[in-house]
Amino acid sequence: MSDALLQARGLTKHYGARTACADVSFDLDPGEVLAIVGESGSGKSTLLSLIATELAPDAGSVSYRMRDGVMRDLAALSEAERRALMRTDWGFVRQDARQGLRMAVSAGGNVGERLMGAGARHYGTIRGTALDWLAKVEIAADRVDDPPTRFSGGMRQRLQIARNLVTGPRLVLMDEPTSGLDVSVQARLLDLIRGLVAELGLAVIIVTHDLAVARLLSHRVMVMRAGRVIETGLTDQVLDDPHEPYTQLLVSSVLAA
Amino acid sequence: MMPDRTTPAQRSPALEFRDVAKTFTLHLRGGVQLPVMAGADLAVYPGECVVLGGPSGAGKSSLLKMAYGNYRCDDGKILVRDGERTVDVAAASPREVLSLRRRTISYVSQFLRVIPRVGAREVVASAGREAGLPADAAMARAEELLSRLNLPERLWDLPPATFSGGEQQRVNIARGLIAERPILLLDEPTASLDAQNRAVVVELIRARQAAGAALLGIFHDTDVREAVATRVVDVTAFRQSSLAVAREVTSTH
Repeated sequence: MSDALLQARGLTKHYGARTACADVSFDLDPGEVLAIVGESGSGKSTLLSLIATELAPDAGSVSYRMRDGVMRDLAALSEAERRALMRTDWGFVRQDARQGLRMAVSAGGNVGERLMGAGARHYGTIRGTALDWLAKVEIAADRVDDPPTRFSGGMRQRLQIARNLVTGPRLVLMDEPTSGLDVSVQARLLDLIRGLVAELGLAVIIVTHDLAVARLLSHRVMVMRAGRVIETGLTDQVLDDPHEPYTQLLVSSVLAA
Repeated sequence: MMPDRTTPAQRSPALEFRDVAKTFTLHLRGGVQLPVMAGADLAVYPGECVVLGGPSGAGKSSLLKMAYGNYRCDDGKILVRDGERTVDVAAASPREVLSLRRRTISYVSQFLRVIPRVGAREVVASAGREAGLPADAAMARAEELLSRLNLPERLWDLPPATFSGGEQQRVNIARGLIAERPILLLDEPTASLDAQNRAVVVELIRARQAAGAALLGIFHDTDVREAVATRVVDVTAFRQSSLAVAREVTSTH
């Protein structure tokens, strides 16, 4: 009997003649960090969108253990149930902060909005919790009323993290959360993510092309190529003893990961 | 500590390799096959310190890495006693391997590979917490080990990336020894240490052995090897059988 938090079975998606994702199945346990690695076009972001139910698969299903312990097929949820799940028990940290934040709303508002979406109504409580979370992601109190348009790339990503984690989700999806940032900013963001994931016992599915990110954060890795999972296993095992030609190529292309 | 030296638990191995084979296939080099070992049989019992002998490149490190689940095993079984049950690392799921690493197997690798930007004391203490020690006990034990290994206190809060080879190795040893797990794998833990620190490591290893842990290690330093080994196993035999297998495979083509 599995006690998986999430189960993907046979996920498949075609764009015309091109296969973006072919027959992908895996289980994710509570508190487990799974990295999906591969180059651009490997299908890893499509897979994440399928898991997040933002894309409908041509075949396959995603099931999730709801807070009441019941495993539900996400495609069978009502739209209201699905949205409630996504804005409370799931988080989604996007590569492009503009897709994950409301750019015209203050930093505090971005965090508070998600709390209200989860049912919080008391203004003082919402503001207090938002401030706590902004401090946790190292956003200074005097920037709380600024909109993210005035933030650097690294700050925007930290704000996205606060916005996502404020409702106490059990699962967070991350799509290349550190790419496009300066190396020193990346390092600080990774340290923050690593600390929060461990502290909160979050389950995470992180898509990255950066094997060092996978090594640092994940327990398990899936290597994708041309829409297929070609190799999967314990992260250090796959990276230190890769078997597939493509994985060996990926690992050998990294400078001292 | 085992109250009775001949309990059944002591007579059965803590770690056992059965008919283990490993070959590396280098796809980027035209698929060339590097046979490392075949038919490797080895049992390590609680209270033993088995030292692997044989020339460099003979597969000693690979054997340790397979036991830790860091390298995959192509054939055979690697049986680890985990409390009342036995787990075959060669067939275990990632989750089971991670659970063995938390509770049952410690591994001191040749080189420190840690999270960048984390201080030495925290590197050691976090390994203790992962093994289930309470935060304050882990911190106290980390400090005790680092002091014992003569790592200057001014370095404790600095990330080990900038340390000398010997300093990094001592952090690595402290990290590997903070949790007292029943199996300890050691890959040349004393290679870049001076005589004084080698002696400390020998004492620590002997203490783990006296407490009933099963140790399997690689020690090039003759003094250390003689001080800790209860048995030396030459892995050249495993290597020869792997070459024999490779020849057979080649001749059938």
